[in-house]
Amino acid sequence: MIEVKDIHKQYGDVVALEKVSLSVKKGELFGLIGPDGAGKTSLMRILMSLLLPDGGSATMNGLDVVTDYKKVRLITGYMPGRFSLYPDLTVEENLKFFATVFGTTIQENYHLIKDIYQQIEPFKTRRAGKLSGGMKQKLALSCALIHKPEILILDEPTTGVDAVSRKEFWEMLKRLKEMEITILVSTPYMDEASMCDRIALIQQGNLMSVATPQAMTKAFSEDLWVVRTKKIYPTTKHLGQLPSLVSVNSFGQVLHLVTPKGMHNIGSITQFLSKNDENEISVEPAEATIEDVFILLMNNRNSKP
Amino acid sequence: MSRFLAFLRKEFYHIFRDPRTLIILFGIPIAQLMLFGYVMTNEVRNVKVAIVDNSKDDLSKRLSQKLLSSGFFQLAAIPTSESDYESLFRSGKVKEIVVFEPDFAKNLMKEGKANIQVIADASEPNAAQLIVNYTTAIVNNFTKAEFMKDQTPPGINIKVRMLFNENMRDAYNFIPGLIAVILMLISAMMTAITIAREKEMGTMEILLASPLKPIQIILGKVVPYMILSIVSALVVLALGMLVFKVPVIGSFALLLAEILLYIFLALSLGILISTFVDSQLTAMAISGFVLMLPSILLSGFIFPIKNMPIALQIVANLMPPRWFIEINRTVMLKGGGLNEIWPNTLVLMVMSALFIFISIRKFKIRLQ
Repeated sequence: MIEVKDIHKQYGDVVALEKVSLSVKKGELFGLIGPDGAGKTSLMRILMSLLLPDGGSATMNGLDVVTDYKKVRLITGYMPGRFSLYPDLTVEENLKFFATVFGTTIQENYHLIKDIYQQIEPFKTRRAGKLSGGMKQKLALSCALIHKPEILILDEPTTGVDAVSRKEFWEMLKRLKEMEITILVSTPYMDEASMCDRIALIQQGNLMSVATPQAMTKAFSEDLWVVRTKKIYPTTKHLGQLPSLVSVNSFGQVLHLVTPKGMHNIGSITQFLSKNDENEISVEPAEATIEDVFILLMNNRNSKP
Repeated sequence: MSRFLAFLRKEFYHIFRDPRTLIILFGIPIAQLMLFGYVMTNEVRNVKVAIVDNSKDDLSKRLSQKLLSSGFFQLAAIPTSESDYESLFRSGKVKEIVVFEPDFAKNLMKEGKANIQVIADASEPNAAQLIVNYTTAIVNNFTKAEFMKDQTPPGINIKVRMLFNENMRDAYNFIPGLIAVILMLISAMMTAITIAREKEMGTMEILLASPLKPIQIILGKVVPYMILSIVSALVVLALGMLVFKVPVIGSFALLLAEILLYIFLALSLGILISTFVDSQLTAMAISGFVLMLPSILLSGFIFPIKNMPIALQIVANLMPPRWFIEINRTVMLKGGGLNEIWPNTLVLMVMSALFIFISIRKFKIRLQ
């Protein structure tokens, strides 16, 4: 269980976290979603007692992260954003080191890491520095788990990892959740949000929204259209002229067009585009994704004075 | 305790898997020792000598001839009185003076022994030793050839005197000094680098987030390098004694205890440096420039402190090696005991305590 109340943090004049409040339930897989520099790492380091907040308070399973930092460090497993194991130690030596440092052994908690560690065990005599990105993450997770933490804090564990390994990694987190471990995980990838029980969208040190991924996309207050075109750039430019437009953004090979609820329909948009000699275009309504929600919230925030 | 041991094991893995560390720990000391030891040695050829023949008999003339025809020596002066010796050396006209006693041949025949005095310029200690050795060898060969048939061959007694530096102290001075410099280099630099490496790699973040206490992390870094530094110091000391014949006149146990204290001092200095640097490169630069140069130049290792300007003398007094080199020389060369070196020992202790105190105060239990 993680309770964050009015946490404030700034580096010089730069505000990293602005009165952030958050509550993660026991056994919950909670995602912190936001771009680089949003304040995810700062929040996690404060929770890990590695940084002191400038204001507010936070508790981990009831332990204050400032005053009870020693106990906090005992009950949490932490995976920093950068690969932070010893590259000149082998897989097994790294794991053994962290087990001993936390006063346990690999055998004692093997059941916890079995699923994950089994995948890298064939390489246990290999130096950690020579592992692939996906294997490094698995080893780092094993090391963070080996002392049977009550809370797991993972800072962008899937950054720089291939798609298959990313998928596997999230499946592992789901299994850990079943063991009643509270997990706070951050990611810049919006598509990973749906794997979490609940998510918080964070931008420039502010939590914009906290909800389940389903509730968040359902609460999307505007109309969303997927526009397919051969000429992405000119079409984007023309759509920018659409009356009462909210936003238009490219999502890979398609455009996501957002308009106020009930303002437009397929016909009115197609008609608007054909005025500009644009043919071979398809427009269809679509369900919002987390990324659409994020962009909408971000634009709303920025347009506020 | 098991946490600490796990940390120690990890440190030894780091050390033994990084060839660079081992090279710095053992290669540099040996290389420096050999360099300092042999660069000072000159080749013996046409060394300028002066011969003072107070006997002027047949035997002394033949021996003089023998010396000069060997190719190693070249007659450069024939001084008339003893007062000339010093100016001859000082002007660099000769490197060695050979003096035959009066009635050289007569003494040899009658009493079976005669004296030759060999005076060498010990301002270049290794060269002087070498010249004397050559001279002795030539004289011995001469005696052997001359009195081959005799049942009890007479002996020519060679009395060696090193001028300027009667005990040839300079020859030995570099070993005590080198021990100080090497230990400062490997101990301070290596600890500073190894802690900076943890910061650079991001592993410090994990160590901090673990239940390891700061003192366990610091000691875990100190102990391995302490052990290796001791081994390295013993290697240098042994090489100095075996290869360069540097004596340890004083108590060996006292010397080891002082070396231990000095290593501890250097390690705590390394830790102090590491508390305010974040990268290995900075750690290396600071240990290199801020530690190495002053500990070579301002410690009395090469340049005597008493010849320095007052301002530099004050700076020199802040250099830990300056105090340790004095200890080393006193114990090794003069046979001094604790009653002579306790002030220096005290200075080293105070310095170590100060460094450790600041390090622990400055060691961050968090990332900022």
